[in-house]
Amino acid sequence: MKKYDAIVIGAGHNGLTNAAYLAKSGLSVAVLERNPYIGGATVSRELYPGWTYSNCSYVCSLLRPEIARDLELPRHGLQVVPYGGGVTFKRDGDYYGNYYDHNRQYREVARHSLRDANAYERYATDVRKQTRLIRPYLLRRPPDPTSLKLRDLRDLAGFARSFTELGEEGLADTLRFWTKSVGDYLNEYFESDVIKAHLGGTGVIGTALGVYSPGTAYVLLHHYMGDMDGNVGSWGFARGGMGAVAAALAKSVKAFGGDIICDADVDRIVVRHGKVSGVALKNGNELPAGIVVSNLDPRRTFLDIMDRDDLPAELVHKAGNFKIRGSSGKLNIALDGLPTFNGLDRNNPLMLGDMHFTDSLERLERAYDDWKAGTWSKDPYVDMLIPTQTDPTMAPPGKHMMTVFVQYAPPRINGGEWTDADRAGFEQSVIDQIAAHSPDFKSLILHCETRTPREIEAEVGLTEGNIFQGELTFDQLLFNRPFPGYAQYRGPVPGMYMCGSGTHPGGGVMAAPGANAAREILRDLRLPDVVPGGYADD
Amino acid sequence: MKAGSDATMMLRTPFHARVAAACELNDWGTWKGYTTPRAYTDMELEYFAIRSTAGVFDLSPMNKYRITGPDAQACLNRMVTRDVSRIGVGRVGYTVWCNDAGQVMDDGTLFHLGENDYRLCAFARAIDWLHWCALGFDVSIVDESDEVAALAVQGPTSCATLLAMGLEGLEQLKPFGLTHFSFEGETLMVSRTGFTGDLGYELWIAPRQAELLWDRLFAAGEPYLIKPFGSDALDLARIEAGFLQAGVDFVPAESAVRSGRSRSPFELGLAWLVSMDKPVFNGRRALQREQAQGSRYRFALLDVDGNKPAHHSFILSRGGKVGTVTSAAWCPTAKSNVAFAQLEMPHGAVGEELVAEIYYQRELQWTRVLAPCRVIGSPVFNPPRRRAVPPGAF
Repeated sequence: MKKYDAIVIGAGHNGLTNAAYLAKSGLSVAVLERNPYIGGATVSRELYPGWTYSNCSYVCSLLRPEIARDLELPRHGLQVVPYGGGVTFKRDGDYYGNYYDHNRQYREVARHSLRDANAYERYATDVRKQTRLIRPYLLRRPPDPTSLKLRDLRDLAGFARSFTELGEEGLADTLRFWTKSVGDYLNEYFESDVIKAHLGGTGVIGTALGVYSPGTAYVLLHHYMGDMDGNVGSWGFARGGMGAVAAALAKSVKAFGGDIICDADVDRIVVRHGKVSGVALKNGNELPAGIVVSNLDPRRTFLDIMDRDDLPAELVHKAGNFKIRGSSGKLNIALDGLPTFNGLDRNNPLMLGDMHFTDSLERLERAYDDWKAGTWSKDPYVDMLIPTQTDPTMAPPGKHMMTVFVQYAPPRINGGEWTDADRAGFEQSVIDQIAAHSPDFKSLILHCETRTPREIEAEVGLTEGNIFQGELTFDQLLFNRPFPGYAQYRGPVPGMYMCGSGTHPGGGVMAAPGANAAREILRDLRLPDVVPGGYADD
Repeated sequence: MKAGSDATMMLRTPFHARVAAACELNDWGTWKGYTTPRAYTDMELEYFAIRSTAGVFDLSPMNKYRITGPDAQACLNRMVTRDVSRIGVGRVGYTVWCNDAGQVMDDGTLFHLGENDYRLCAFARAIDWLHWCALGFDVSIVDESDEVAALAVQGPTSCATLLAMGLEGLEQLKPFGLTHFSFEGETLMVSRTGFTGDLGYELWIAPRQAELLWDRLFAAGEPYLIKPFGSDALDLARIEAGFLQAGVDFVPAESAVRSGRSRSPFELGLAWLVSMDKPVFNGRRALQREQAQGSRYRFALLDVDGNKPAHHSFILSRGGKVGTVTSAAWCPTAKSNVAFAQLEMPHGAVGEELVAEIYYQRELQWTRVLAPCRVIGSPVFNPPRRRAVPPGAF
């Protein structure tokens, strides 16, 4: 058996990014993947002949351009095509179009509330102030506030400086953003229900919280932190589906001499004499390595693939209490043509954007009530897109693929496991909601893949199907992600590291955790830093 | 044309009715006296139509000259730097032409339509120079700029779109090839050419069938996600593909007032277009001298660190100015920060490390960045589909 310098567990985008940088530094690296295909939640699969689905993650914005450029992902086949704007359909037959063009958007908001149209400008500026504060920290290790190490002190001082630059008002805003509910936050700016509902949805995406739960304002911010070609907050599609991100990263890993081994299910991380010595596979093989990096979520990492004996009791406790709750499901639908939506011309640029049918915060909160009651939302919140309007590769000409992210879906139904009948009921609630706004939708459905937290956990390995590898609330961010004392990618055992979205700066197809973890590993090995820092915002 | 009539104001291309209907932004520019759109709906989405699906650009204002007659080939061979005799019938050649001092007057494409029958597409107006060059040759020169309407159809699904429009066999057309189809009683010429660096074609037709061509094209292209694009998207695509723009990346020699402001083909990185084994052509003697004595400048493609485009930057070497940037862009598909630079010799060899002095403004405050950059040997975007015969479906 080949001896590797480093083994990365899990061929999701962060595992692959981590491996690419370790391999680039000259280490011999293997990425082990449990599934017969790579990607983790960054995956494309053909489940209906001729159609490619982005089965899990479905849009791209947070992927750090510094990493895409440095690892030459375009040369390895990755192209990200932007989409503009979005639309929320109202129950009264009207809609709110969140146009990408600023002036067009102003007119559209004014159609619902003239005052909100103007308030939106203030809102956009305030949000940008906050993203500007956080964005420079995406490609950095979070400083440890309890450490007296020079590097931590320097980083903390920088952090404090950016805070004081904001001034008293800005600082107050920051605290509001990190602690408030998205509902309360939006109520401070807007009066129109549909505007608030359109903007508020991103505050709960991937989070087992409601729009009035404290902390959700940050989740909204998290969705504004990305950028496409310098346009902060813009989103796009990976051409060919999200699997194209993983495929390009895999090519990069291989170009640097790394190995990717599929069907390699890790049983546990082997610790000998207080140090990592490799991994044991479920098939009985053992792969020796001095460095093992887990791309799994913190729960799986510490509770499933590490022996309790090798871990401090306190850490086991923290891992058990780590908030990683299932809240969402997904429908991927093959369509025989482009569906029509009430009141919207098929050439309207809003057709290219994210579509929703929840027109008030009230309905969003009611959808969350169902989750709390242990069932899927009868009137769900969906984030729906049709990427085949700009991507000719994912469906035959004239045909389309629709990706529907659905919230809420609990990890268990009334305390029991999801059944196939439950899944069918969940699917029906979504299809009925879409069909209520699209008369020809049902007749165009050729195939539908429905994934509840049960399928996401079983296939991707995310605990409870939580898309962010742990909720993005302030108690689990920065130096608290995943737990205090372990936020700098190092595990409790020498040679053991974490690189998944459960570490700073969190979930979304960002590749920053994987890159940041690689930087720390290289530092421990006293190798030169080959991981790029972030581009300056100004 | 009557003096003082509307016709002396901005002209409209034969596609104008369709273009205007699609131009949601009402963002108009001018090109050779014609009203042309800078962007239709969203510049970025238009750029990505070129790179992901199919984009359509109205290039009717392009200067087009027909050169025919027994001496057509000989005449053009004397005028341009390339060996015209090696551009077969049914082929198109990119070329430049120089004045006697070996300075580039313009670049353009030469279409070899038939035996001693050529069309020259040029950035600058060239009828007078063509007549100068024709002295003593038995040729006829006609400005047919207004008699030929043209659309560029560019992008990965461009071939699939045109096949769906009924252009049978087009998939066999090689890059820089041209072919003809009949279209509603007119001849539709199709060349596999373009200014985007992607798979793409240009369609040439009589103006009276222009609108019908547009309609058929967009009807056929709908399942292939076709979209019109304006000059802003084109500019981004051509920078990513490494294509020079006359008037931007070099001053056409005959319009340069100050001495030393024009450039030779060698200084523009276009040595491959110069056939020094031709015994005679305009500028040959001067170019021969330049080969012996060395060039003053070198064109360089730069990969610039960071994400701030190096617009109009000075290029520094060891703190001293060695050149300037003529075109720059953050390239969205290649995810590269590219700049075209004119560098003083001996600078600009591939691999040389330089510094771009970049200025940019945020909220009225200017910032200066000294961004390291490297001279790269080839454009950052050059996909295999650009050359594939037959091209794939996307």
